Amino acid sequence: MPRVTFTANLQRHVECPPADASGATVHEVLESVFATNPRVRGYVLDEQGAVRHHVVIFVDGTSVRDRRALSDPVSSGSEIYVMQALSGG
Amino acid sequence: MSDRILVASKKGLFTLERQGGRWAVARRQFLGDHLSLVMGDARSGALFAAFQHGHFGVKLQRSTDGGATWSECGQPLYPPKPEGEVDNDPFRNKPIEWVTERVWALEAGGADQPGVLWLGTIPGGLFRSGDGGDSWTLVRPLWDHPGRKRWFGGGADLPGLHSICVDPRDSRRVLVGVSCGGVWETKDGGETWDCRADGMIARYMPPEQQKDPGIQDPHRVVLCRARPDTLYAQHHNGIFKSTDGSRSWTEIAQAGPSTFGFAVAVHPAQPDTAWFIPAVKDETRIPVDGKLVVTRTRDGGKSFDVLSRGLPQQEAYDLVFRHALDIDESGDRLVFGSTTGGLWISEDQGDSWQTVSEHLPPIDCVRFV
Repeated sequence: MPRVTFTANLQRHVECPPADASGATVHEVLESVFATNPRVRGYVLDEQGAVRHHVVIFVDGTSVRDRRALSDPVSSGSEIYVMQALSGG
Repeated sequence: MSDRILVASKKGLFTLERQGGRWAVARRQFLGDHLSLVMGDARSGALFAAFQHGHFGVKLQRSTDGGATWSECGQPLYPPKPEGEVDNDPFRNKPIEWVTERVWALEAGGADQPGVLWLGTIPGGLFRSGDGGDSWTLVRPLWDHPGRKRWFGGGADLPGLHSICVDPRDSRRVLVGVSCGGVWETKDGGETWDCRADGMIARYMPPEQQKDPGIQDPHRVVLCRARPDTLYAQHHNGIFKSTDGSRSWTEIAQAGPSTFGFAVAVHPAQPDTAWFIPAVKDETRIPVDGKLVVTRTRDGGKSFDVLSRGLPQQEAYDLVFRHALDIDESGDRLVFGSTTGGLWISEDQGDSWQTVSEHLPPIDCVRFV
């Protein structure tokens, strides 16, 4: 099952421990996480479902290409990191 | 008289209290977090704070215990943008995402409408809550109005709704100010809307468009509670006044060192008394000659006092944003905060000012609560 880890900087605002979550795409995996931790959604995605401008999601070391629909595929052993972009220096 | 002030800054929420005739920071919360707006609902006692998390978006929090503890309430979220919808800022021809970029106005509804709150945003949407902030709904008649699609960004890249005035005589009548989109009025609680900016002048537009009401940039619009047909607007190109409920506006051409600025306050009971904080017009936006002053009219804009007692008069480069000036319900006390972290309070209608701090973080909003 893919594993999702959130930047420690997000823990200041909302509890979001690492989670094992099922899914074949980044979208599906994150929806699995949000199903059990709904408050996290609005911190990672905007209300149109896109990745927030200053958030970056990595799948196995590569930042996701589809920031709107999150259709990038993931495998059962994927490591997904939700990080904050280096904005503002 | 209000003895408490909330300060929304780029690095936290500060509560000021008056004790023994002096004002001081009594509480500091959310250090490091950017707050764009604060508001106290006098009807319920609830306090609201809008966060502007650089990475993680806009969040609204509410306190029901006087500010001791806070928690997230309902969030002003736009509905899904329809597939294929063309919605571009006409100034830059840049797509407007249906995403709350900033909470830029928050006001209580009328006394006869407990639970009603109005909230303005960048990129221009107005939201209404009927349950004290538990949930929010985009006011579609204004968002879907053809005139809304003519709005464009001013200081921000996208248009923003920054001023909300509820008519104390009739809570269904609400005026909102938009940068850049003029002033809009509803008389039926938000079902229908009309632009009300006749008389304003936009000198940043080509000559033939300068009087177009729908593209005006009022930086801030305020209404006198005792005489709600009197309004003042600090506009990008000067100061304007209306005495007919915003059906027409007249420019006030002279007001001390400059008529450029962002903030304006009107006395709650004296419609001819209003305050402004001038800066060099719009290319530089610093106090004229490095002297921080407040201008005050007591005759509806015919003449102005230039108030400086207690304010820095040399090497001062403080700019005061549109929500960073407030007046209490008595009309005697004023507070303003600056981009360089200065905060001053007057208890005599601006005749003299007490320095509370010159070292706070950049201040977006101050409110008596």
